Amino acid sequence: MTTQGDVLVSIQRIARRFGDVVALDDVSIDIRDNEFFALLGPSGCGKTTLLRVLAGFEEPDAGQVLLGDTDLLALPPHRRPVNLMFQSYALFPHMSVERNVAYGLEREGTAKAEVRTRVGEVLETVGLSELAKRRPSQLSGGQRQRVALARAIVKRPRLLLLDEPLSALDRKVRAEMQLELKRLQHDVGITFVVVTHDQEEAMSMADRIAVMHEGTVQQVDSPVDLYQRPSNLFVAQFIGTSNLFAGDAVTGGIRFAGRTLPGVVVGEPISGASRLLVRPEDTVLVEPRDALLSGRVIETQFFGGVSTVAITVAGHDVPVLLTRQGAPSAVRDAEVHLSWDPAKAVVLSA
Amino acid sequence: MTRIGWLRLPLTLTYVFLYVPVVVLVIMSFNASKSPFSWGGVSTHWYAVLAGDQNVLKGLGNTLVVAAGATVLSVALGTLIAVGLQRHSNSSFLDSFALAPAIVPDIVLGIGLLVFFSLISVTLGLHSVLLAHVVFGMAFVAAVVRARLSQTDPSLEEASRDLGAGQVATFFRITVPSIMPAIIAGALLVFTLSLDEFVIAFFTDGPSTPTLPIVIYSMVRFGVTPEINALASLLMLVSFTAVLAAQRLTRLTDSV
Repeated sequence: MTTQGDVLVSIQRIARRFGDVVALDDVSIDIRDNEFFALLGPSGCGKTTLLRVLAGFEEPDAGQVLLGDTDLLALPPHRRPVNLMFQSYALFPHMSVERNVAYGLEREGTAKAEVRTRVGEVLETVGLSELAKRRPSQLSGGQRQRVALARAIVKRPRLLLLDEPLSALDRKVRAEMQLELKRLQHDVGITFVVVTHDQEEAMSMADRIAVMHEGTVQQVDSPVDLYQRPSNLFVAQFIGTSNLFAGDAVTGGIRFAGRTLPGVVVGEPISGASRLLVRPEDTVLVEPRDALLSGRVIETQFFGGVSTVAITVAGHDVPVLLTRQGAPSAVRDAEVHLSWDPAKAVVLSA
Repeated sequence: MTRIGWLRLPLTLTYVFLYVPVVVLVIMSFNASKSPFSWGGVSTHWYAVLAGDQNVLKGLGNTLVVAAGATVLSVALGTLIAVGLQRHSNSSFLDSFALAPAIVPDIVLGIGLLVFFSLISVTLGLHSVLLAHVVFGMAFVAAVVRARLSQTDPSLEEASRDLGAGQVATFFRITVPSIMPAIIAGALLVFTLSLDEFVIAFFTDGPSTPTLPIVIYSMVRFGVTPEINALASLLMLVSFTAVLAAQRLTRLTDSV
């Protein structure tokens, strides 16, 4: 059972630079107990550096990390109640699956009998009991991933870090493992922090996501809030597909091509150059008298469950996208009229 | 393949040039005749003579002591150098200096060590030869082990630390097992190099403890006898075995 609540890890004002490159710039994040948390961002955004700071393989130039009441940064990696699942899995090639999993417990000096029981239990949890005697080189990618996971959770860490856990798997196995990871996180009740560059992966697994860009945290929110209420342009563009209209902010929306496009402002009031974000599925075709914008259909695509219509609108240099359930609702070259629910459009500072 | 068929000729000639002397030497070691230049029938006589030659046996004993000692020390120091250079340094200065003794001409190393030993007033003997062999031996071990280390995933060591092992436990339980084939290959390499090393030993040895190559040299000064051929054949057998074993182990490493 997942009961999320108190802050487990408090990352406070962490900074790290490598020469001229700023990997982490004043990063502060609170991660709650029992949470499935994702650090999401393009490569080079600092997410892996932050993960390595938590594991103890990277020392920040400034800042503090508290795990409960303990100062995490004061502990060397092998004394932290934190385990990391490596992107390469880093299974010890000269040891069998069970010896790999037992390694962490043996280093703690756990009694032999207990090591055996716990290794047996955790291998059963990840469904690998049959393969306990195999060497890592005799396993498939998905099986290796499970061994790495078993090895990381057998010590029952307070915090489990996963570095791009699914990137080495092919597409089909990846979808399975997404569900598997989420189930496992519920079952073992450990706080998970996943680093990923794949927004779908983060959205489908995480309770909350921190979107990072160029060493700074852009927004920390639930997947739904990130999608519906991005706090800046980067997040809006990084998460999902979006229609972004450029114009000056006015009360209740932005000025665009001589008219006001309605939308809401989240948080601080915005003035000057702005963008209005409307998601393709919130964009609808309406009668001319209800139209906010008009344009011409240049392309339609049908994907079975959903369809997409691309529309050129005067004053907007990329096509406006519209998605809807079922077959396309317009034909190519047709003159169409667009609208949206103003409550679902967001005004963002440009 | 057929277009470069004519290239087989120089290839064959090169191999003939390389191995005919060796084959002749081995055949002549079974010569019954006293003269090294005429054939007098097959015999193992010279191997018997060799087994009874006190000088040769003493030299062999000295050489084995030096080779074994140099191997042990070279492996320990060379492995540490390799780990240090690969994991904890990115100085190209340290890099080239660690490998230099393997490249510096033996004569330079020999004279240099002799001057150095007399400067710090070390008496010459087997211990000084042993130390001298460690100088180039650890460079070879460092080179071989480093090549292997550069292919192992550094996150293995991080994983070990992450799972609660300290640095020492990580070194012995994770690092050493993953570079073991290279350590063995390096050890065999140093052993065979030390076994027939003459130039450096000649400069750094004391008069009362000649190593086998020095014994052979003094024997050859009065002409090559078939006894020398027998001895050379045996040495070759040992070197070949060691080198083949080293190659096999390196190949095993690559395939993992």
